[in-house]
Amino acid sequence: MTEPNSFLEVRDLRTHFPTDDGLVKSVDGLSFSLDRGKTLGIVGESGSGKSVTSLSIMGLHKGGSARISGEVLLDGQDLVSSSAEEVRLLRGKRMAMIFQDPLSAMHPYYTVGHQIIEAYRVHNKVTKAVAKKHAIEMLDRVGIPQPDKRVDAYPHQFSGGMRQRAMIAMALSCDPDLLIADEPTTALDVTVQAQILDLIRDLQREFNSAVIIITHDLGVVAELADDIQVMYAGRAIEYGTAEDIFDRPQHPYTWGLLGSMPRIDRERTERLIPIKGTPPSLINVPSGCAFNPRCNYASLNEGASETERPELLDIGAGHKVACHLSPGQRQKIWETDIKPKL
Amino acid sequence: MPDTVITYIIRRLVAAIGLLVIVSAVTFSIFYLVPRWAGATPETLATRYVGRAATEDTVKLTAERLGLYDPIAVQYWNWAKGVVVGAEYDYGAGVERCPAPCLGYSFITKQPVWPELLDRIPVTLSLAAGASVLWLALGVAIGVLSALRRGSIFDRAAMTVALAGVSLPIFFTGLISLAFFSYQLGWTVPGGTFVKITDNPIKWAQALTLPWITLAFLFSAQYARLTRAGMLETMNEDFIRTARAKGLPERTVVVQHGLRGALTPIVTIFGLDVGLLLGGAVLTEKTFSLPGLGKYAVDGIVANDLPKILGVTLVAAVFIVLANLIVDLLYAVVDPRVRAK
Ligand SMILES: Nc1ncnc2c1ncn2[C@@H]1O[C@H](COP(=O)(O)OP(=O)(O)OP(=O)(O)O)[C@@H](O)[C@H]1O
Ligand code: SF4
Ligand SMILES: [Mg+2]
Repeated sequence: MTEPNSFLEVRDLRTHFPTDDGLVKSVDGLSFSLDRGKTLGIVGESGSGKSVTSLSIMGLHKGGSARISGEVLLDGQDLVSSSAEEVRLLRGKRMAMIFQDPLSAMHPYYTVGHQIIEAYRVHNKVTKAVAKKHAIEMLDRVGIPQPDKRVDAYPHQFSGGMRQRAMIAMALSCDPDLLIADEPTTALDVTVQAQILDLIRDLQREFNSAVIIITHDLGVVAELADDIQVMYAGRAIEYGTAEDIFDRPQHPYTWGLLGSMPRIDRERTERLIPIKGTPPSLINVPSGCAFNPRCNYASLNEGASETERPELLDIGAGHKVACHLSPGQRQKIWETDIKPKL
Repeated sequence: MPDTVITYIIRRLVAAIGLLVIVSAVTFSIFYLVPRWAGATPETLATRYVGRAATEDTVKLTAERLGLYDPIAVQYWNWAKGVVVGAEYDYGAGVERCPAPCLGYSFITKQPVWPELLDRIPVTLSLAAGASVLWLALGVAIGVLSALRRGSIFDRAAMTVALAGVSLPIFFTGLISLAFFSYQLGWTVPGGTFVKITDNPIKWAQALTLPWITLAFLFSAQYARLTRAGMLETMNEDFIRTARAKGLPERTVVVQHGLRGALTPIVTIFGLDVGLLLGGAVLTEKTFSLPGLGKYAVDGIVANDLPKILGVTLVAAVFIVLANLIVDLLYAVVDPRVRAK
């Protein structure tokens, strides 16, 4: 499975939600690992289980209706079997999260400073004054001008980019070892997006934390990620280094993503290859390969795509793919069909 | 910032005075015109002051001195002037001064209205104060718990009782609780024995316990439903997820982030309810024979005692206008986004 002793190890994580319509298998057998100082990008279409994965790691689905199994080892401690209270004490301190829309993710009735101070003081026994000084330092660190004044402002008084900076300051206030950013730039202007990504990269170097960045935007992961995990219907269908995914992608779905995803480093008017069809229901996931109803190559392997679920297998040097196509078939399709069009 | 707040308050107070003028003028017109439509004349009205035994001349003289022959606008003007600067009444046998705010004399008791109102205000104030604290605490607590345990037996039971509480009239719940707690169990006194808090706090609370509980039951039902709905909404907000992601204890998440976010409508309704109640909790005061403003108003209306009615209306309107102002100011305290405007 995963190499031992990584800072974060997720093993066979499953998060299922019982609903009136049936069991929603939002995450269904996910394994990966991540070291300090490294960035993992998780990409996939809407509804592929990216956010549920990150919330499950953070323990934010604990106590709700979710059924969670598998292991999430943070520095050796399994968070899935830990109590809600144990995980709460780690949240914000050893692992922190920033969200997509900083306006709705911050409390409208409290000042930005208050919200950072609060995050700091849950885990540190310090006075309000000390915490406020720390909050101002953090705001300064994330590049907010006049931090000693802005600390007393309310979220609605900040611009979108400044708010996301403040969110980052809040998340990093306890110097966490793991930072999860769930679409941190989606709600922002294009020019601001690049600044926020630069900031995350700089801070990661400074804090030497492990970072998971979740996005629709392959341009974002191209900028930041060391490794990339491609998710489809709650599972990883391809995993590899950024070079693997961009230069030698192996899975037909990844090809589709590369052809259809918007990228900040590419003009939007450029020709995109959309993936046909829509993401599957997570209640009745197609049998065999979940991608088979949308795959152009499902007929190339004697019906295996419809009947047998492909395992995520290592095809060399940690590059993994879950597809029944043979390496030779994939090589040929990539070279002749896909690469020329990208 | 404080400057703009002060100009805001002043602007609102000016508007409030305008509103009070309108309210009193309308009330004045209604209670001036209705008896006249029913056939009353200045003389029959004056008779109510001097009694039926008086001679025709005395009645006419009184009607003149009271200004009952004047057109309605002049009468209203004189009344309003009395409120602001006080008035002097010449009864022939001497001049009687009625200091500002002069709300005139009751047709029935011949007593000046303002001092009578002053006697009644503490009753209504005590009733409203105790009941509102009780229902706010109770309603919000039940609403929060219901929202957190949505669908549980507690939630369903609480919401059923709340529905009953909202729909049952006060004289029903009031009489039942009177029958049960006072007559059956003897825990509380049946009422009609208001004692000032400054005289004897224990007796004060004793006399008011039942009315408090009855009123609180009625109101907390509404607050529980309101709080529950608000909490269900805010607890789904992104900022709640953020609060949890910071590692805050669940209690902090619920109270400081969830409830704080759901507070705005509760504060608004609370202010308005208290304002209305201060104008007189008519049914409650009647049911428990409390000599408050509500009962005073009813007595006035039943006896067609115009000065009384006008006086209570004015005081009630002042309370409501003030409550509105306080709500608006609180609104800005609760929601910083409002402050900017
Ligand atoms: N609490 C829940 N109860 C039931 N189903 C849920 C719950 N949370 C998420 N889901 C379902 O799980 C699936 C995966 O959701 P998730 O939010 O992880 O997608 P995502 O990959 O983050 O998509 P997006 O890119 O739109 O953010 C969705 O179909 C969603 O409806
Ligand atoms: S397993 Fe079959 S259906 Fe799935 S991606 Fe590979 S070829 Fe397509
Ligand atoms: Mg998501």
